[in-house]
Amino acid sequence: MIKRLFLASLLVVGVAATGCSDSRSHAHAVYMLVDTSGTYAQEAGKAQVIINYLLGTLQAGDSLAVAKVTSRSFSEKDIVAKATFDSRPSQANAQKRAFRDQVDGYLKTVQGTRYTDITGGLIQGAGFLNETGAGTKTIVIFSDMQEELDKVTIRDFPISLKNIRIIAVNVIKLKTDNIDPRRYLGRLDAWQKRVEGAGASEWRVINDLERLDAIFSKS
Amino acid sequence: MTGSQFWMIWPDNAALSILSLALLAMGFLYAARRPVHRLVGSIGFLISGPLRIGARWLQTAANEMHQRNKAVLLAHGRQEVEQRIEREFDRLGAMVTRDLQGYPALQRKLLDEITRVEEDYKKCGEVPPPPPEWVEAVTAMANVKSSGNEMVQRVLDEINRSVNSIHDKALADYRRSYETRHKILEGFMPFWRSLDKTMAQVDKKLTGLQNSTAAVDAQMAKYEQISAKTDKAEHALTVSAFTQFAIAFLVMAVAAGGAFINFKLIALPMSEMVGAGDYITSSLRTSEVAALVIIFVEASMGLFLMEALRITHLFPRIASLNEQMRRRMMWIALVLLVTLAGIEAALALMRDMLIADKQALLQSLATAQQVAATDGWVAKIPTAGQMLLGFILPFALAFVAIPLESLIYSSRTVGGVLLTSLVRALALVLRVLGNVVRHMSRVLVNLYDVVIVLPLLVERLVKTAPRARAPGKSRSRSGVIDADELREESR
Repeated sequence: MIKRLFLASLLVVGVAATGCSDSRSHAHAVYMLVDTSGTYAQEAGKAQVIINYLLGTLQAGDSLAVAKVTSRSFSEKDIVAKATFDSRPSQANAQKRAFRDQVDGYLKTVQGTRYTDITGGLIQGAGFLNETGAGTKTIVIFSDMQEELDKVTIRDFPISLKNIRIIAVNVIKLKTDNIDPRRYLGRLDAWQKRVEGAGASEWRVINDLERLDAIFSKS
Repeated sequence: MTGSQFWMIWPDNAALSILSLALLAMGFLYAARRPVHRLVGSIGFLISGPLRIGARWLQTAANEMHQRNKAVLLAHGRQEVEQRIEREFDRLGAMVTRDLQGYPALQRKLLDEITRVEEDYKKCGEVPPPPPEWVEAVTAMANVKSSGNEMVQRVLDEINRSVNSIHDKALADYRRSYETRHKILEGFMPFWRSLDKTMAQVDKKLTGLQNSTAAVDAQMAKYEQISAKTDKAEHALTVSAFTQFAIAFLVMAVAAGGAFINFKLIALPMSEMVGAGDYITSSLRTSEVAALVIIFVEASMGLFLMEALRITHLFPRIASLNEQMRRRMMWIALVLLVTLAGIEAALALMRDMLIADKQALLQSLATAQQVAATDGWVAKIPTAGQMLLGFILPFALAFVAIPLESLIYSSRTVGGVLLTSLVRALALVLRVLGNVVRHMSRVLVNLYDVVIVLPLLVERLVKTAPRARAPGKSRSRSGVIDADELREESR
């Protein structure tokens, strides 16, 4: 009887170990867009805080990329740093240190750009996130969400952000927003409609940097 | 006529319509009375019959289970008592071999010491030799009166001197003899002590023997009771099984707590070995499963070690191994257990290093400068503690085999008793339900008669009138009688 029980438990363990493994990815991939246009370039210090938070929170096996929002952001050249952290925690920590150094180096020498191509950054970020194959994909936009494009750049076409969470962080009010707050609210509403129309699973705005944990908590 | 008044025979008079309909319905119901009674009775029987059969079957099954449980319990109890008696006899045999094997030597020693004491005692009884025969002659001469003869006087002086000299010598001999006897007596003491000690040893051994035989007697009495299959023995064994189950369960719960701590110690560093990104289920990481497997393997090694040491008897195959193979198995299990304990200690160290590394990273990422942790010997205490815990816990888990065996063996009895009680309770419920249904059918029959009470009264009046005219005729079948008959049928 005991022998039979033992064999049955062995079988169960064997099945559990081989056949029942969860093939879904539980990794988290984050693509952070850092707006460096105009006066918003002065906010780079806050971007560093957010990146450090992401580095401290992401686990081994997760992916992180930081890209700058420039006049035309749909380019791999705009990615400042990217990494898929090793599944071994010790190696992942070493990668995080290197990542932090790389981003610090960039933020010290950041230069403002004339235009702000957020849409291009979103398309680029969606591509990166889909390539990682992560289970949870998040784009963090560190910007005032005021998109300004030059005359030749075309971004008024439908984009796909399917199953991607969009988190706008530190969306500061512009001078004109202070005069008419409806502009600010309207801008946010417009972005929400656009990303939700593009298939994004979530849209969220976080202005209080003390509440960054909301980046990973699903609503 | 509105839709709601379609049933009214007299649309203007609802009461009259209701009365008419009621009377009409009563007539129909009266006409259908007998078939309805039979139908209700049949339905009642249809439901209560299987319920009662089920209850009876469950009761029989419970009795069979009880008998089977009793047989298993008594067999297990007999086996256990046999083992205990065997062990007691082994102990008794060893005691007899150890103590009584040396008994001839002990007896010889005792006899030697007694003989020696006797000899010494005899030596003590010897007195110094009596004074020589010429003492009387000297005494006679000493009585000779001195008449001033110088010759005589000189002889007497000479005799006096000789006698004094002999007296001194005899006295010295006498004293020497006493001294010798005192020495012999003094030499007695160690022998007396040795005798006393030897006798105390014999007494102690005999008392131990007596206690062991009393224990054997108690076990034999228990064995006799089990062999006689008495209720007392069954009750005692059942209570013992429940107690064992409770104790084993408690110890297993404590061991589970230890295993959880162990798991926490090695789960994080295991992610360094198998990766942190693989998942078995949505919330269970592969590294956590690997840590669990390590703990289970340790527990298994502990189980095999306990089996090889013959402390537990879960695997008959291991118990029936020859001595050489058993020893080999014991050493293999021990070596593996020590190796796993070493691995756990290393993993505990790695866990500490990983946490420290993560902490350092977080500190470097934080904007505010934090106070650096002290790096003295105090900071090393948790590391050492974790390593020690990681090394000790596998050995502690090895002892889980003992309560596990108790739990497995006692759960057969406990489970059997609980299952029997459950089946009996189910039988009771089915029996009660059957009775309720049977009585409900009777209640329905009576209720039906209450509804058609008017036609029944009319029937009774009609039937009692001819009977009053012919009193010798048998009773007509009244409604009540019919209901009673139906009840009988339904039974």
